[in-house]
Amino acid sequence: MPECSFTGASGDSERVQLVILLIALGGLAAIGYYLARRKLLGAAARESIRPHSMPGYHGWYVAVWCALPSAVVLLIWLLFEERILEALLISSLGPEAAMLSGEMLGLLLNDIRNLAAGDAVSRAADPALLAAAERYGAMRDTARAALLGGGLALAAAGLAWSWHHVAPAFRARHRVEKMVRFALILASCVAVVTTVGIILSVLFESIHFFSIIPVGEFLFGLEWSPQTAIREDQIGSSGAFGAVPLFTGTLLITLIAMLVALPIGLFSAVYMAEFASPRVRNTVKPILEILAGVPTVVYGFFAALTVAPALRGFGNSIGLDVASESALAAGAVMGIMIIPFISSLSDDAIVAVPRSLREGSLAMGATRSETVVKVILPAALPGIVAACLLAVSRAIGETMIVVMAAGLAAKLTANPLDAVTTVTAQMVTLLVGDQEFDSAKTLAAFALGLALFLATLALNVLALYIARKYREQYE
Amino acid sequence: MIEKGWQTSERATRRLKKRYRRERRLKAAGILAIGLALGVLVLLLGSVISRGYPAFVKTEIALEITFDAKLIDPSGSGEAKQLAKGKYGRALRQALFAKFPDVVERAERRNLTQLFSKAARFELREMILDQPDWIGTTQRVWLTAASDVDMLTKGSLPRDVPQAERRLNDQQLAWVDHFEAAGNLRTVFNGGFFTGSDSREPELAGIGGALAGSFWTLLITLVLAFPLGVAAAVYLQEFAPKNRLTDFIEVNINNLAAVPSIVFGLLGLAIFIQLFELPRSTAIVGGLTLMLMTLPTIIIATRAALAAVPPSIREAAHGVGASPVQVVSHHVLPLAMPGIMTGTIIGMARALGETAPLLMIGMVAFIVDIPSAPFDSATALPVQIFLWADSPERGFEEKMSAAIIVLLAFLIIMNALAVILRRRFETRW
Repeated sequence: MPECSFTGASGDSERVQLVILLIALGGLAAIGYYLARRKLLGAAARESIRPHSMPGYHGWYVAVWCALPSAVVLLIWLLFEERILEALLISSLGPEAAMLSGEMLGLLLNDIRNLAAGDAVSRAADPALLAAAERYGAMRDTARAALLGGGLALAAAGLAWSWHHVAPAFRARHRVEKMVRFALILASCVAVVTTVGIILSVLFESIHFFSIIPVGEFLFGLEWSPQTAIREDQIGSSGAFGAVPLFTGTLLITLIAMLVALPIGLFSAVYMAEFASPRVRNTVKPILEILAGVPTVVYGFFAALTVAPALRGFGNSIGLDVASESALAAGAVMGIMIIPFISSLSDDAIVAVPRSLREGSLAMGATRSETVVKVILPAALPGIVAACLLAVSRAIGETMIVVMAAGLAAKLTANPLDAVTTVTAQMVTLLVGDQEFDSAKTLAAFALGLALFLATLALNVLALYIARKYREQYE
Repeated sequence: MIEKGWQTSERATRRLKKRYRRERRLKAAGILAIGLALGVLVLLLGSVISRGYPAFVKTEIALEITFDAKLIDPSGSGEAKQLAKGKYGRALRQALFAKFPDVVERAERRNLTQLFSKAARFELREMILDQPDWIGTTQRVWLTAASDVDMLTKGSLPRDVPQAERRLNDQQLAWVDHFEAAGNLRTVFNGGFFTGSDSREPELAGIGGALAGSFWTLLITLVLAFPLGVAAAVYLQEFAPKNRLTDFIEVNINNLAAVPSIVFGLLGLAIFIQLFELPRSTAIVGGLTLMLMTLPTIIIATRAALAAVPPSIREAAHGVGASPVQVVSHHVLPLAMPGIMTGTIIGMARALGETAPLLMIGMVAFIVDIPSAPFDSATALPVQIFLWADSPERGFEEKMSAAIIVLLAFLIIMNALAVILRRRFETRW
């Protein structure tokens, strides 16, 4: 865990500059709105015709054209500022810098940046370094000034250009509504971009990882000990990245969780849907759903400090050796967490069974329980299976419970009283800490993330498919 | 209940009895399942509350302190800058040793001073900076006790175990009892728990920093996720043509809603920190990551709220000449707003309780400063709970439970707000 961490490179004065720019943009846009309205109303009165669009639309049209382009430029610049400046700096450093290894270069750049900011540096400040820092500072200042001036100029240009259009016959409403629609489409694409981002970021780093550790070794290796060396000559520095113990550990905990959650969730769903009075149903259902709203870190606390010691004490009293971080404790608490998933999704599936089936069965003289077991559950089965798949996907991806209550040592075992580790727990241990980003250790977390993402994706798609197929049956 | 009638044979009666038994068994199993689930919920909340409520009070010990001018203000200038440099630890020790003159051995004296928190001398300094006229006088002041003493008075540190297994030795116990008997020991409301930030000393640690971090993180999440989510839902529900692209977007949103939160953490690490080089462990990165995670929830809730607005509203608006955008922005959206707000609050409540993605982007640092902007290093309330759970000191256990109580209180408030909004503004068409 890092002892302390650093604030960003952006200092106070830069932030102030940014705020000034944003306020200026807002002000210009407001002026544009007002000017457009005034021009339109004036023209309409002079020519005594009814304008095509209401004055507000003309105002918005100008305001958007004023603020949007420079806001976009600003955003792009902020995202890539560091990279552009770095590239410029490296090219200005001359050929020696280009020969440096990645780490050394990073260190050098960091020093130059800190020097420019007036902070302490790790090496003696020789004149070349000072000059570079000065250059860097000057470059940054120039860039910032250019951004400020350019942004405002762009806004003013946009204002002038769009203001020129404002006239009673101008179809401002259509333009503005087109912009609105375009913005809406962009917003709905964020979801796609996120998915693509997840896939790309995880896949990219995983490919990097698999170029160090072969895929076969990762998928089928039986040993997991991701320690990598701090020094080159350290003993046992190679590290082993066989993920099978993690997969089996995850499956073991998931299995325990499902063994806890499935009966409890299913029986309570059946009772609530078929036997309970509306009053009981309306009070118990929201209370059960509290279980789904409790943060997972609280479940982790519960597993680590209440359930695990209790299980251990109980095991010792009957002569069983229970590990203090047993799979059973983590799995049982995870099962409690997913009870509401299974109960409310199964409840939906049971309620969706047509009344006619239920009444037909009762009319034939079946008892309620016979109706449930022989008619309703078979009819609701696809929905219940989908609920279980979603619950399994939730259990596989659950992190905090296993980080706090399951072990860290990878062990290939099926004994629920033993300590096992899981994919998510390992991802956290691999990435929490100050590691070189490119080491096999951190990259392994991305490979595990890829496996996790694919597994949950497959389960979700399968669940959706089953649920959809079922829905068509009764329509 | 089952009478043997003329039409029922002996075997049929037996069978009927068996069938009714089975009926009762299924019902009993249902009640048992619900009872188990509710029981576990009670156990969960009970274990949190019983462990956590003592953290809202802290133990203080009263001591007669002589604020010797030679120690506090040797230059005699009375300036705040000089006063801040005074030897308050020495003043505390002198007062203690004067109270127990027969304690002379070094180790014993150390044990004696260890009854007080390491912050006791800073408390003395604050007092002098507040009341400079105390210099040269002797005052009876209340000072924060060490975590071990605190736990002892709260009863979470057992007395009846051998000395070797105890955090406080027999002599220290006797001193504490002495203070208590003389009325020099009290428990007061621990305001520092809400305003202070993380600390290595359990008796000083507070959740103020974590609360501020959670506030900035959620603020960014809300500011970004709410407009984006509503806009996306409006497009998909009201404008989108039924085609492959729309289908693809919908499948994407449904899948994102089920992606494990830790994967979002990986995304945040790879995109926001590695690619865009935003500062690590700050609220801005946390907020962006949680925004992506909350977006599907808000989109799905907003779509449901929009779908609940009857078509007659849209048709009437179209009928009087409103454009499609006007129909949505003037009529449909305002009518759907209560539902949208409810969904947003529930999504924010989930984001508040989320821990795993924040671990991935490094919001787990030990941070003493309270963040005052999204670009400051920060931690969040659930992460603080996780950090304390990792700490070896036993004193953090009650802090962690108390932090969970605060977290749950916030979640209950948010969910209650969502329910009230729904009840109050929901329109039945």
